[in-house]
Amino acid sequence: MADKSTSNAYWAANVRVILISLAIWFFCSFGLGIILRPALSGIHIGGADLGFWFAQNGSIYVFLVLIFAYAAKMNKLDKEYGVDE
Amino acid sequence: MDQFTLNLIVVGMTFALYIGIAIWARAGSTAEFYAAGRGVHPVMNGMATGADWMSAASFISMAGIIALSPAGGYQQSAFLMGWTGGYVLLALLLAPYLRKFGKFTVPEFIGDRFYSGTARLVAVICLIVISVTYVIGQMRGVGVTFSRFLEVSTDTGLYIGAAIVFAYAVLGGMKGITYTQVAQYVVLIIAYTIPAIFISLQLTGNFLPQLGLIGGYAPQGGEVAMLEKLDQVVTELGFTAYTADTSNMFNMVLFTMSLMIGTAGLPHVIIRFFTVPKVSDARSSAGWALVFIALLYTVAPAVGSMARLNLTTTFWPNAVTGNALDGDAIAIADIDSKPELAWINTWKATKLLDFSDLNGDGKIQYFNEPKAVTAANKALADASKALADSTEADKSALEAKVAEAKAAVDAALAEAKLGGKSLAELGLVGNEVTKIDNDIMVLANPEIAKLPGWVIALVAAGGLAAALSTAAGLLLAISSAISHDLIKGSLNPQISEKGELLAARISMGVAIAVATWLGLNPPGFAAQVVALAFGLAAATIFPALMMGIFSTRINKEGAIWGMLAGLAFTSVYIFLYLGWFFIPGTNVYENTAANYFFGISPLSIGTVGALVNFLVAYVVTGMTKAPPQEVVDLVESIRIPKGAGAAQAH
Repeated sequence: MADKSTSNAYWAANVRVILISLAIWFFCSFGLGIILRPALSGIHIGGADLGFWFAQNGSIYVFLVLIFAYAAKMNKLDKEYGVDE
Repeated sequence: MDQFTLNLIVVGMTFALYIGIAIWARAGSTAEFYAAGRGVHPVMNGMATGADWMSAASFISMAGIIALSPAGGYQQSAFLMGWTGGYVLLALLLAPYLRKFGKFTVPEFIGDRFYSGTARLVAVICLIVISVTYVIGQMRGVGVTFSRFLEVSTDTGLYIGAAIVFAYAVLGGMKGITYTQVAQYVVLIIAYTIPAIFISLQLTGNFLPQLGLIGGYAPQGGEVAMLEKLDQVVTELGFTAYTADTSNMFNMVLFTMSLMIGTAGLPHVIIRFFTVPKVSDARSSAGWALVFIALLYTVAPAVGSMARLNLTTTFWPNAVTGNALDGDAIAIADIDSKPELAWINTWKATKLLDFSDLNGDGKIQYFNEPKAVTAANKALADASKALADSTEADKSALEAKVAEAKAAVDAALAEAKLGGKSLAELGLVGNEVTKIDNDIMVLANPEIAKLPGWVIALVAAGGLAAALSTAAGLLLAISSAISHDLIKGSLNPQISEKGELLAARISMGVAIAVATWLGLNPPGFAAQVVALAFGLAAATIFPALMMGIFSTRINKEGAIWGMLAGLAFTSVYIFLYLGWFFIPGTNVYENTAANYFFGISPLSIGTVGALVNFLVAYVVTGMTKAPPQEVVDLVESIRIPKGAGAAQAH
């Protein structure tokens, strides 16, 4: 195993990436899809209002991008801190 | 060739494929049986996870739940976001660390991390309640799909389904299940998207249903948006607008959250991430799983909205290009004679769709019957029944009551408006489409869209693939909890690998027998119990796993009391509205929105249960001894990807 200070720094970096990702996850689903929908009803994506589209389609696309972006970022971090397999 | 033969050929071919794969992928060791030897490529694993996750409910019911929701289709977006957003939590918070831990089951992690056989046992109990609940629905799904498409009884269908699952799950374990699920995914996704593409082309001119959802309505030249057209058609008939906002935003947020953390806490989903070779593969595998799930979930809202529009315009032909009520409703003579409307009678025979000509005008009027009319009609029916059943000599009092009820109905019909006119003026006495089952939106979709017979056969095979693949995954989670956590973990730790493999196969066989029996004799509350499954996964397993990974402080007392508190809180809240242990009539409050605490429905309570779990765990941990150093070391080691391969040996 890597030494203690490296692994602590690696974990802190990981937690930071997780928190940022979760903020995006929350904003696009709960935020745009539910809570902000009435406020943003004037904006349209095709034939749907922004909130409706995010609730039924858009948030799922964001989830997808988010997971792959997280996986890529973590692969980079793994190498940077020398903890990759 | 008739439809029945076609169904038989297509379903038979898919079954032969599943059995063939099972023979090719027999499991020879416990590592292969529980975790497919950890050699499954992330893309393959993603596909298998997709089939594992998407059940009969996703395939057959979800689009219909959205389409026919009385509160409008938007309200049901919770299912779409909840059942996909959970994968983000899995990828970020659980999958990579559990893969690094390198064991076979969820209770095993909880037992080791919280250095306690009791914690492991509590986790096993939660796992079995969650998975058994789920499997009942799958077995019913298999039976129902068989009976509908292959003209056998539901029970016979169930036996055939159980035999197929037995063949490949007992023989192949996780290895056989995984490769079979890959095949099942391909079958189910083709079956779901082909009708969706055709219906999207017909209604919006868009090849992709996802674009069709936000596209223009083709029969009117594409100038009006499809969703706008749908809103206009359903509101004209008195229904809530399809895109109407939710009336209880707080509850929708909690419900979505419960589905997300419930998804991330479902044991049969979590164990899928034990099968990949590396920690980094566990992260991307969750992404691939979501790719394959999203293929269905982004199409489902299009299927739902378009099927609703198609169904409504079928009953009101004038609505295709104008206002529904400006033209006549569909005529019974047309339903009986026109070949393109033949599906209506086909599905009427299955009782998923039903109608009756209440006002005797030879047409079927479909609209949202105002509550006052429904109540008045019911009062009249009750009064008439009382009169008919009466044995008294003097019936004048009862006759007066019937007359009074008739007058009340007339008053209600004169009062209720539809498109600016009263129901009495329109000559209506009530909604004549008396039943539309949610499931019909997917099952009858190919016929409504006038697609060829082989597409209908494919939908049958797809529904079976969805139900069988989920059943197999659940059965594996149950059998591994029994053979690995109970037998190897506590009853007989000295058992040899060969003995454990045999025990795993036997418990799988027993689990299938129990699931089949429950499918044949379903408890009347099967539908409600699903709320319990998600609520419990959210309130027990998810918080325990998350705290086990993200905190080195939480100790065994905290984890055990946290899980028990989450379990008790969530089940009690659900039982208050649905009856103690779901026994009808024992509920304390009526299950209506007015009675909910802070407007939180029993379906949404898992989020609060999870918070209770976290809170109790932190408080109890603060009052008890810190975990030993080797546990802190274990937590630190699972946070680092390096060395995952070595952890495989048990």
